Amino acid sequence: MRDSSASAIRAPKQTKKAAPQHAIGATEEQVIYANILNIGMKIGLVGIIASFLVYLSGLMSPMIPVTEVSNYWGMKSHDYLVAANIQSGWTWVGLYRYGDFINFFPIAFLAGVTVFCYLAIIPTLLRKKDSVYAVIAMLEVLVLVAAASGLISTGGH
Amino acid sequence: MSLLANGLVRPNRIKLDACSAMLACDRKELEHNVKEGWYMRRGIIIISLILLTLTLSLLATGPVFASAEAGANAAKATGLAWWAWPAILFGVTFVMGIVAVLAGVGGGVLFTPIIGGFFPFSMDFVRAAGLLVALSGALAAGPGLLKKGMADLRLAIPVALIASSGAIVGAMIGLAMPDNIVQISLGVAILAIVGIMLKAKKSEFPDVPKADNLSTALKITGIYHETSTGQDVNWKIHRTPQGLITFIFIGVMAGMFGLGAGWANVPVLNLMMGAPLKVSVATSKFLLSITDTSAAWIYINQGALIPMIVVPSIIGIMLGSFIGVKLLAKTKPAMIKNIVIVLLAFSGIRAILKGFGI
Repeated sequence: MRDSSASAIRAPKQTKKAAPQHAIGATEEQVIYANILNIGMKIGLVGIIASFLVYLSGLMSPMIPVTEVSNYWGMKSHDYLVAANIQSGWTWVGLYRYGDFINFFPIAFLAGVTVFCYLAIIPTLLRKKDSVYAVIAMLEVLVLVAAASGLISTGGH
Repeated sequence: MSLLANGLVRPNRIKLDACSAMLACDRKELEHNVKEGWYMRRGIIIISLILLTLTLSLLATGPVFASAEAGANAAKATGLAWWAWPAILFGVTFVMGIVAVLAGVGGGVLFTPIIGGFFPFSMDFVRAAGLLVALSGALAAGPGLLKKGMADLRLAIPVALIASSGAIVGAMIGLAMPDNIVQISLGVAILAIVGIMLKAKKSEFPDVPKADNLSTALKITGIYHETSTGQDVNWKIHRTPQGLITFIFIGVMAGMFGLGAGWANVPVLNLMMGAPLKVSVATSKFLLSITDTSAAWIYINQGALIPMIVVPSIIGIMLGSFIGVKLLAKTKPAMIKNIVIVLLAFSGIRAILKGFGI
């Protein structure tokens, strides 16, 4: 059980009734979360740089030529989609042949790493019978998946 | 000797021997003090040059952004090559990354108002990029902070659920608003943030007489090693329900404006809920990786992502942050923070004016 005594600054105190749940530093699930986050961040960052270099080099033809991107970046996102004839949501996956849209993959990966981290700690939380936090973590996964799914949308402007 | 004592010339052993003999003081102590002064002066000069470059870059590109619709014609109006704006963006975000670390602010709170106010990009794309920039920074810092126990997962998880849900709502509201309303609202929000940065106090070890019932039930408490004192610090929090409610509004604002929420997370965690300052800062940084993820997805799925804006920004900020960390030990963060506050105030006013078409 975690120590909840009043004093904020003192040497760690081991008692029979309130033995610390973990050594000073990170809990088991915290370390698991950190390790997956670390690996995911590095993969995502390398992917972003690599895909952008491919985009700039012209190895894969972009859907919107690089010289014409400036014609769109001043528009509202809804107007941009209409003008460029692009669908919203996950349709970018189907545009993997285009140099500009391959950049979406590592960016989406970076935005999705957190979901993997949460999924990884849920078994540990359940094993520790920390059901409240396991439920909160599951709810967070649902929130992030709902956001990523494209089901939540605005009316646009 | 006065030039040496003032740190305006590099320390020299012969000069130090002469000075210490004249002053009848310990040469090693004199050498240490002189070197410290010299490094500080050099750091100030470097930072001043960087900020001057940033300011000149912004001023040089300023006239193009007189109207909210300048974006589409920006390249033609200025005769710049297609790669010029992304290159300038990279340079500006690189400097931003350095300054953000030195000032102890997040990259997001600088990115969105400055890029939105001075670049020809629609606020939809700027906000999406701002969220991804803040997210990238949080992903980079998160693992280390978690492993050291500075960021606390038990504190972050319930807060993150509240804030990320609010961020989704904020992103939806933000995307539905016209650009000029976003600019005006952002400007007002930035000026409020400036006020918070000026007024908000920080408490290194807040006095928490007793943990409240909710934090006790959730077992939100912990221990971390304070390196400055060499002691282990037990901490607990209070006012948990009030803090969680506040995080709803923080999440909404983060999603609406594409700002990282560190400017709000830290005061709430530290001053309202009573977490130690270092735990608050570290947990706030980690929290951004969750809060900004949910909002970023809304913008991505609505098409508000242009790689030519996002990627140079992410790379620029991250490279700048690496440099900023190296400079941090050699500069006075308080001075840099004051400059950043002025810069933010300027950006906030610029956003309001841009929203009114001025």
